[in-house]
Amino acid sequence: MTTLSACSGVIFGLNQPMASINQNRHPNLLPNFRNLGVMLRVLVIVIAMTVVAAALKSSNWYATLNQWLGISALAQPIVILSLLLLGVADRWLHKLDYPFAVAVIVAVELGIVTMVVTATSSVFIPDAPGLARSWFFTAVATLLVLAYFNLRSRMLSPALTEARLQALQARIRPHFLFNSINAVLSLVRNEPRRAETALEDLADLFRVLMADNRDLVPLEREVELCRQYLGLEALRLGDRLRVDWQVEKMPGDAMVPPLLLQPLLENAVYHGIEPSMEPGVISIHIFSDRDRVQMSLRNPYRQQGSHHIGNKMALANIRERLSLHFDAEARLQTRSSDGQYEVRITLPYVKEGK
Amino acid sequence: MSKHPQSLRVVIVDDEAPARSRIRDLLEDCAGSFPLELLGEAASGRELLELLEETPADVVLLDIRMPEMDGLEVAQHMLKLPEPPSVIFTTAYNDHALKAFELHAVDYLLKPIRLRRLHDALTRVRAITPLRLDVLQQITPDARTHLSVQERGRVVLIPVTEILYLRAELKYVTVRTKAREHLLEESLSKLEQEFSAQFVRIHRSCLVAKAHIIGFDKEGGDGGEARWVVTLAGLDEKLPVSRRQQHIVKELGRNVL
Repeated sequence: MTTLSACSGVIFGLNQPMASINQNRHPNLLPNFRNLGVMLRVLVIVIAMTVVAAALKSSNWYATLNQWLGISALAQPIVILSLLLLGVADRWLHKLDYPFAVAVIVAVELGIVTMVVTATSSVFIPDAPGLARSWFFTAVATLLVLAYFNLRSRMLSPALTEARLQALQARIRPHFLFNSINAVLSLVRNEPRRAETALEDLADLFRVLMADNRDLVPLEREVELCRQYLGLEALRLGDRLRVDWQVEKMPGDAMVPPLLLQPLLENAVYHGIEPSMEPGVISIHIFSDRDRVQMSLRNPYRQQGSHHIGNKMALANIRERLSLHFDAEARLQTRSSDGQYEVRITLPYVKEGK
Repeated sequence: MSKHPQSLRVVIVDDEAPARSRIRDLLEDCAGSFPLELLGEAASGRELLELLEETPADVVLLDIRMPEMDGLEVAQHMLKLPEPPSVIFTTAYNDHALKAFELHAVDYLLKPIRLRRLHDALTRVRAITPLRLDVLQQITPDARTHLSVQERGRVVLIPVTEILYLRAELKYVTVRTKAREHLLEESLSKLEQEFSAQFVRIHRSCLVAKAHIIGFDKEGGDGGEARWVVTLAGLDEKLPVSRRQQHIVKELGRNVL
């Protein structure tokens, strides 16, 4: 059944965006200029270009270094100014048609270059290029950088589909489904109302599991899902499962990849609660810290058995999805000490509509 | 109803309360068609063994995945009872054991359990061949968490983590814990294989728990050669390391001292 829905998901996933999204706007072709990863990439590309330019113009290493310093003295202020400006205009740029946005960016770059070159004309820079040549180099560099990001986003979009599929496969251990159904069956005769709620929660959980999970969702929805999931687990584990939610300072509107926390909680239950007859606490702490969202999940850690493969798979899966969505700006770390296992996630605080 | 002169005495073992209550409901349904009696419920293997000490049962519905001691291990310990009950394993997922169950005609039920299948399993329970220890050992992939010995009709569990050393005697293996000694009818070399992660051989006839080693000392023999001895936590006795096993002093000594 899983395979079938996964397959239909692929077909659906490949066709739909082509038809509906790409014609209206180009959300992925232009990079997010406020993303740290994007800024770093731009910087690295421009530095690489200046090194190549310097090497082409000189005959030995010493001259190359000299040339490069000269070019950088011009190029670095231009790049920094550009990144600032594009960062500010990022939201507006994304609303434009892609070709038009590219034209605007090139025009902006030419403007900046004109400014910087005239401003520094009084300062002596060896072998400084004329204005016309600067314009030419700038236009070429800008188009190359944009082409790179265009190509990159095209390459990543199948990767996102792939990530969604992986998410489908890696999540929810089958034994959770069967144990839950078993627990619900035990309620049917004596506590029909609780059985109803449990089945509704189970349905909600599986609706999300089988959905197209490429788009980000508000954090509060993910947290709600986690509550439903833990409710189901509490049904069968009873007193053994204790949950400590510290989410008063949670930014509910922060956008996160769907099923970011649920698989981690599933691991926490599987490795931290199930292996012991004694009660154990899973604590979840989420808060915003300026423009970041911090999450921490802790569970007791019992050195027993050999079920670490499942945990590693889930972590690798979440890491991959985080980097697809947030590039270098998201982090996931784990550590275990004093019988406690902790997963920490840091994300940029992005709101809906961005 | 006339098939069984006596009613079938059943015990349910599962760490999850709803799973037990589900089976209880189903047993009530079965009770309509043939006589059975629910002797009791247990949330762990240890509880089951305590329960069986009091009252012998005919059949145990035994969950496989449980904390502390899994169902396959519990069944092994249970076989040491004078009259071990029949076992029907229950499990929620298709683990590797199922294939082995099929192969050796071991009875099992998949959760969620169907009334029909439970009914069938209970009906034929008196006819099936009892579980065999060697089959269970073959199926169980991991080392046991407990050793067990039979003492006056009951099964005593010894947590492996509490064992200081295992020493082969003439017919038995002595199991030494801080509190006392037990006599076990198993072979030392098989124990060595099973617990190679926790125990190390210091002598042809002795395995010691790595976790309990405090240190190694050199003792001068009376005029003869000096020899290494192991000191274990909570034990006055010092155990000699044979010359052939002296390399372990180097290997373990570094971590210990």
